Amino acid sequence: MKILVCISHVPDTTSKINFTENDTKFDTNGVQFVINPYDEFSLTRAMWFKEKQGATVTVVNVGNATTEPTLRKALAIGADDAIRVNAEAVDGFSVAKELAAVVKNGGYDLVLAGKESIDYNGGMVPGMLAALTDFNFVNGCVGMEVDGNSVTLSREIDGGNETLSTSLPLVVAGQKGIVEEKDLRIPNMRGIMMARKKPLSVVEPVGIDNATSIQSFEKPAPKGAVKLVDADNVDELINLLHNEAKVI
Amino acid sequence: MSVLVFADSTDGKFKKTAFEVVSYGKKVAEQLGSNVIALTIKANDASELYKYGAEKVLTVSNDALNTFNAKEYASVISQAATAQNADVVIVDASIDSLYLAPIVAVNLEAGYASNVVDAPTSTSPFTVKRKAFSNKAFSNTVIATDKKIIGLAKNSFGIHENPVTGTSESFEATLAESGVKSEKIERVTGKVTIADADIVVSAGRGLKGPENWGMIEELAEVLGAATACSKPVSDLGWRPHGEHVGQTGKPVAANLYIAIGISGAIQHLAGINASKVKVVINTDPEAPFFKAADYGIVGDAFEVVPKLIEKLKAFKAS
Ligand SMILES: Cc1cc2nc3c(=O)[nH]c(=O)nc-3n(C[C@H](O)[C@H](O)[C@H](O)COP(=O)(O)OP(=O)(O)OC[C@H]3O[C@@H](n4cnc5c(N)ncnc54)[C@H](O)[C@@H]3O)c2cc1C
Ligand SMILES: Nc1ncnc2c1ncn2[C@@H]1O[C@H](COP(=O)(O)O)[C@@H](O)[C@H]1O
Repeated sequence: MKILVCISHVPDTTSKINFTENDTKFDTNGVQFVINPYDEFSLTRAMWFKEKQGATVTVVNVGNATTEPTLRKALAIGADDAIRVNAEAVDGFSVAKELAAVVKNGGYDLVLAGKESIDYNGGMVPGMLAALTDFNFVNGCVGMEVDGNSVTLSREIDGGNETLSTSLPLVVAGQKGIVEEKDLRIPNMRGIMMARKKPLSVVEPVGIDNATSIQSFEKPAPKGAVKLVDADNVDELINLLHNEAKVI
Repeated sequence: MSVLVFADSTDGKFKKTAFEVVSYGKKVAEQLGSNVIALTIKANDASELYKYGAEKVLTVSNDALNTFNAKEYASVISQAATAQNADVVIVDASIDSLYLAPIVAVNLEAGYASNVVDAPTSTSPFTVKRKAFSNKAFSNTVIATDKKIIGLAKNSFGIHENPVTGTSESFEATLAESGVKSEKIERVTGKVTIADADIVVSAGRGLKGPENWGMIEELAEVLGAATACSKPVSDLGWRPHGEHVGQTGKPVAANLYIAIGISGAIQHLAGINASKVKVVINTDPEAPFFKAADYGIVGDAFEVVPKLIEKLKAFKAS
């Protein structure tokens, strides 16, 4: 089985979000970038298929050269090789089209991605990629098993779970559950050393017009101070929630 | 030219977000000087949508669509958009809509903006405000394609009544070859889900152990609320994964979010910040949650919560 894992390069979850150039650019100053947390779950699942079922694992990112350390980290976790499509990722649709070209050229059976990138929260690349390549698609996946060509998965639905069956070729957008938190791997020294020697190829983009573009950013309006209520006076809280906030 | 809204339903009953997306569709149609058409799949009573401004409702009743299937549903929506000459398609942010919208975008070769929180700020260029960086910011996004898809964030635009005399007609769609089959659906019944809830009662590691969740469930029940928890609580197995909320868990956009024994880490706040009113109950006055909350009680959950339950019961009874 040939697996491709789509890796989005995002600011660490604790990052302070600021903008520059008249609020048109994300300020990367002092920001640490990481593998998108959802992609980390999917990558870990891919490692399992590699170790238990002899799959090969390629990681891919659409982005400029600054994303390479993130791809190297995925190699240190255990991916076999990496591809960087040399294009600025600004719009989910064009990213999906670039990835579709990679999928078609590489003959992958299974594409693993994350449910959403925590930067722009688009939640669109995997579904678009599946539709563009005519692969089957499961979103919000919290468990999967592959047996030959058949795949059984579960996904989260409102208030529960759904079990699905499908076949390869397949795109899966994963989240916690596809592996558990405790199964996530921190690259060790040996992995980091080996990652330096693993192939990372840079391919030129197909070049696609962006369907959407960000004109500017805004920060939420600053919030007023919290109103404190005495612990012995919960009646006052009920009163405020009922009469002032009007939420109960 | 028209605006097509997919009004989602469960077991024939419209979700609340269906009324919100129709209200929103009406607004967008006004801005564009066109009309709004709602599409329903297996909904019982299409006429409920007239109240929110849908002049025309398309009903699809094919039994093969009884169970949600993203590719099939996306195909039906795409066919309706084409048949109605819709240049804007609007969906809500339910788990199922998030699943199908990217497929519709490819089918229609349309630019897709998800997490939209308000009416377009301009229709030329078509510009919408979206949540970004997990609620820590917004982006003003231009959709450049002729056809456009908008995913509306829950509880952002609100439900607005705008009664019209509507008509409904059945819509026949060709079914797509789906490739993915639903084998089993397990849903907790009789419990409010986080996605549907107006009020969410959430608790964290401050509760010390799973045996102490009785009072959280009781508080939720009194309020008709859903229960949720912080990430460590589900990682420790005290509560099911489905309750984990935050940046890497479920998003919460409720009217009221009550956080009990939750410190208010940046990753937790990122996922719940879209809620309108936030209440924190925590022993530590320095807990970061107090900076994010609207109302707060500095106190021990084991004392405050039982009192709150008692007083709320009296309040509800009065
Ligand atoms: C990549 C990444 C992603 C993450 N994603 C998420 C996410 O999606 N959601 C999430 O929640 N977290 C997430 N986290 C974890 C987050 O950083 C915090 O560790 C977590 O939110 C803390 O949970 P907590 O508030 O329940 O526990 P703690 O931080 O331990 O806080 C417990 C609180 O309870 C209070 N307390 C103690 N006793 C009482 C009492 N008797 N009565 C009242 N209050 C009491 C304490 O004062 C304290 O403030 C993520 C972390 C990382 C690194
Ligand atoms: N620039 C990118 N390069 C590679 N994969 C990406 C990129 N952007 C998004 N993805 C993948 O698509 C998933 C959903 O991203 P998004 O649609 O941007 O929210 C991510 O979790 C990644 O797996």
